[in-house]
Amino acid sequence: MLRARFLIPAVVFAALVALLAIGLTLDPREVPSPLINKPAPAFNLPQLDRPENTISQKDMLGKVWMLNVWASWCVSCREEHATVLALARTGVLPVIGLNYKDERADGLAWLARLGNPYQTSAFDHDGRVGIDYGVYGVPETYIIDKAGVIRYKRIGAVTPEVVRDKILPLVKELNGNA
Amino acid sequence: MAPELGNFALILALCIALVQSSLPLIGAARGDAAWIALARRAAQAEFLFIALAFGCLTYAFVTNDFSVKYVAEHSNTQLPLAYRVAAVWGGHEGSLLLWTLMLGLWMFAVTIFSRSLPRAMVARVLSVMGMIAVGFLLFMLLTSNPFDRLLPAAANGRDLNPLLQDPGMVFHPPMLYMGYVGFSVAFAFSMAALIDGRLDATWARWSRPWTTVAWSVLTLGIALGSGWSYYVLGWGGWWFWDPVENASFMPWLIGTALVHSLAVTEKRGAFRSWTVFLAILAFSLSLLGTFLVRSGVLTSVHAFATDPKRGIFILAFLTVVVGSSFTLFAWRTSKVGLGGRFALVSRESMLLTNNALLLVAAGAVLLGTLYPLALDALGLGKLSVGPPYFEAVFVPLMAPALFLMGVGPIARWKQASLPELTVRLRWALAASFAAAIIVPLAMGRWSAMIGFGIFLAIWIIAASLVSFRTQLAGAVTGRIGARLAQLPGSYYGMLLAHIGVAVFIVGVTLVKGYEAETDVRMDVGDTAHLHGYTFRFAGINHVDGPNYTADRGTIEVTRGTEPVVTLHPEKRLFTVQNMPMTEAAIDAGFTRHLYVALGDALSPTSWVVRIYHKPFVGWIWGGCLLMGIGGLVAAFDRRYRVRARSYSAQAAVAAGLSPSPAN
Amino acid sequence: MRKLLALLLGLILAGSALAKEAAPAVPDPALEKRAVKLEEQLRCLVCQNQTIADSHAELAMDLKKEIREKLKAGMNEDQITEFLVARYGDFVLYNPPVKATTVALWFGPFALLLGVLAGLFFYLRRRRAAAAPPLSDADQARVQSLLDASEERQ
Repeated sequence: MLRARFLIPAVVFAALVALLAIGLTLDPREVPSPLINKPAPAFNLPQLDRPENTISQKDMLGKVWMLNVWASWCVSCREEHATVLALARTGVLPVIGLNYKDERADGLAWLARLGNPYQTSAFDHDGRVGIDYGVYGVPETYIIDKAGVIRYKRIGAVTPEVVRDKILPLVKELNGNA
Repeated sequence: MAPELGNFALILALCIALVQSSLPLIGAARGDAAWIALARRAAQAEFLFIALAFGCLTYAFVTNDFSVKYVAEHSNTQLPLAYRVAAVWGGHEGSLLLWTLMLGLWMFAVTIFSRSLPRAMVARVLSVMGMIAVGFLLFMLLTSNPFDRLLPAAANGRDLNPLLQDPGMVFHPPMLYMGYVGFSVAFAFSMAALIDGRLDATWARWSRPWTTVAWSVLTLGIALGSGWSYYVLGWGGWWFWDPVENASFMPWLIGTALVHSLAVTEKRGAFRSWTVFLAILAFSLSLLGTFLVRSGVLTSVHAFATDPKRGIFILAFLTVVVGSSFTLFAWRTSKVGLGGRFALVSRESMLLTNNALLLVAAGAVLLGTLYPLALDALGLGKLSVGPPYFEAVFVPLMAPALFLMGVGPIARWKQASLPELTVRLRWALAASFAAAIIVPLAMGRWSAMIGFGIFLAIWIIAASLVSFRTQLAGAVTGRIGARLAQLPGSYYGMLLAHIGVAVFIVGVTLVKGYEAETDVRMDVGDTAHLHGYTFRFAGINHVDGPNYTADRGTIEVTRGTEPVVTLHPEKRLFTVQNMPMTEAAIDAGFTRHLYVALGDALSPTSWVVRIYHKPFVGWIWGGCLLMGIGGLVAAFDRRYRVRARSYSAQAAVAAGLSPSPAN
Repeated sequence: MRKLLALLLGLILAGSALAKEAAPAVPDPALEKRAVKLEEQLRCLVCQNQTIADSHAELAMDLKKEIREKLKAGMNEDQITEFLVARYGDFVLYNPPVKATTVALWFGPFALLLGVLAGLFFYLRRRRAAAAPPLSDADQARVQSLLDASEERQ
């Protein structure tokens, strides 16, 4: 009886070690989005290439689509660009870009040089729309369903694995397994 | 050549540590005098080799040897010499070497200052410390070797982070690590006692000075860190409850509990298992801190660059050390009987309450620090726990302990009388209430929180004075000088440390309650006013430092017509990393700090200037200094240094050369 | 020469006449104070554990701007906090909200305190109740001889 009480510290410590071991596999700096399964925040921005036209999330209602947040100054965006281009070319879903805190000329030059996967890009010069979407580090990517609800957010570069394991199955499901 | 030598020295140190952690332990169990004697020699040799390795790394930094990867990452030819030496511990690998050096230093100290202790006990203590050394040396050699080469060598290094290019970097980490590692001595003493099976008041007397010195040094180390961030971060904050800061605060809280618990064990033979538990816990928290800072599980500005392999190693090491010590504790402690009896109201019970409160406070800090991780691990989302939480929880927990600080020294051992205590302390209580009302009003604004802080501080001081007067009156004979000299060093140490706490509380309460700030746009010649002082922006000029360029402002401070000081805040740009830094200018007065920092330049002659008036902020670190000095005074009490000759001879014969009692 | 001196003196005097009481760095100090107070409770998402108030990161600067605009527009601190939490989650708050998942956090320490104090109380009571083992005759004799010896010394 006496001995059992003295084992409490060891037991508590064991639980702590288990917690820390799990902690080693987590990323303390990743901030999950509270917008999952909530309606995509409204925006109405000029288009990057045709500033006299605007693009709004309402325009994409009825379709499953991808919103990809990018910028010409963002190094990781360059890394994921090939994957995004490949995905766009398959035509599985339309890809809309959100050009975040960029200069129009720089953004257009970047697309011209590296390829343009986007149906169009919304030009978010001051980053307001980014804040509404909870963007904190480009690149970030959202999958939005036909009703305009955000279903998935990818923080960081989109990799072929992410496309294969997360995005494509989700898009299939949202399209009604069509 | 030097890096290879250093690497080799580490390998040799590891081999010696392996010997040191095994043979003396076996020798103590078997009564083998030769193997027991090995402990001292091995520890000393180990220290020498670790010091040699450290020397080699320092040499590499001083001579700008950029073929060593670690040097290339943390130094630069333009870095001033003092900072090139400080850069030795500026990164993960080097700071580990510093940790190990401190361990070697403490081991060496144990070999020197333990002549009056039974040899078998010293052998066990050194063995346990050797085991810890094995862990850290292996960690360095396997995953974090500071001597790894970078080939081809870099032409120049990446420079030390400008935030670290400061005198604070020279003193804070060594002091801090000395404190962290110092708890390993108390830990080793506890382990030795558990292994031996002999846990008595004498053991407490032996380990107490070591623990107190470690505690003092940790206090000073934390205070240095806090003071450093105060003047370098440019906004006058001094504690952020950052995970790494908490990692140093938790061992300090438990260390405080331990120092008090050891007092009871030494004087009354009570709390023995509890003291051992606290000693294990204090060092475990030190090791946990090492894990948290280097594994990447928590985000912090203080965290080192991380690598999952390192995290796994430290966790494994932590599990082995702490797991085995708590298991040993559970196994051996049930055999330890109860010590002296004491009443529900007595000094013992008050110290036990103090311990309980400190334990809960440390638990609260641990909870707050690890909660985000726990929630994330359980998949329940991500949240942040910051200063608002810690302050809300910590202050109410500590307040009763602070109140008890006044009562404890006056209460009798074994049985105290509540009515008697009330009578003895009634004037102290009255003075505290009076001060709680008068001081805030005198400062300009009364508030309950400020009043409460002042109440606690004055209570501690007044009660300490009552205790002092009582002690002085109770001293046997003679004039005041003789009676003062008769009081033991540990008593003066306690008084000083307790008063230090009171001074600290005054500083925190008054600066939080009454600090004033003004952010102004100043053209050359403009003046700003704050709290009766006039600040005139006399000019700005460009200066070049050894590895930075800076804009240096001149602010003339006057009070009425009296000139007070001229301050030179700077905005520096460190050229290698292209990093800007604000260097605040502080006029550190006894009753207030005037703190001036440059904001952004609006034009070549027009700047944003932030001016702060911080009353009594210096008392925060003054209080910590008093605490640290108090601890050292207590540790050097004569009774720890004068050895009873008859005892030591007896002990040497009985314990050193014959088998220890089978227990 | 004298004319030159007079000119210099005039310029210096004129210069000091231009020197004025410094204007506050921001147009609305009261609003600024509210904004800073709020920013000190919010976490910078791209930094290594810093408040938005202390951070110079671009996102932090953007959010600071948002906060000031919203305060000016008449939103109060709670509404602005809600705005940010809706977009970034509870992670952005340094003062964790009290909800189902944080009950252990907020009430844990006090629960622990009560538990420890209760344990302490019962332990002390039990200890007091346990009778002290009586001294054996041999020990009793030793005690007596020690006391006698010390009396002799005095």
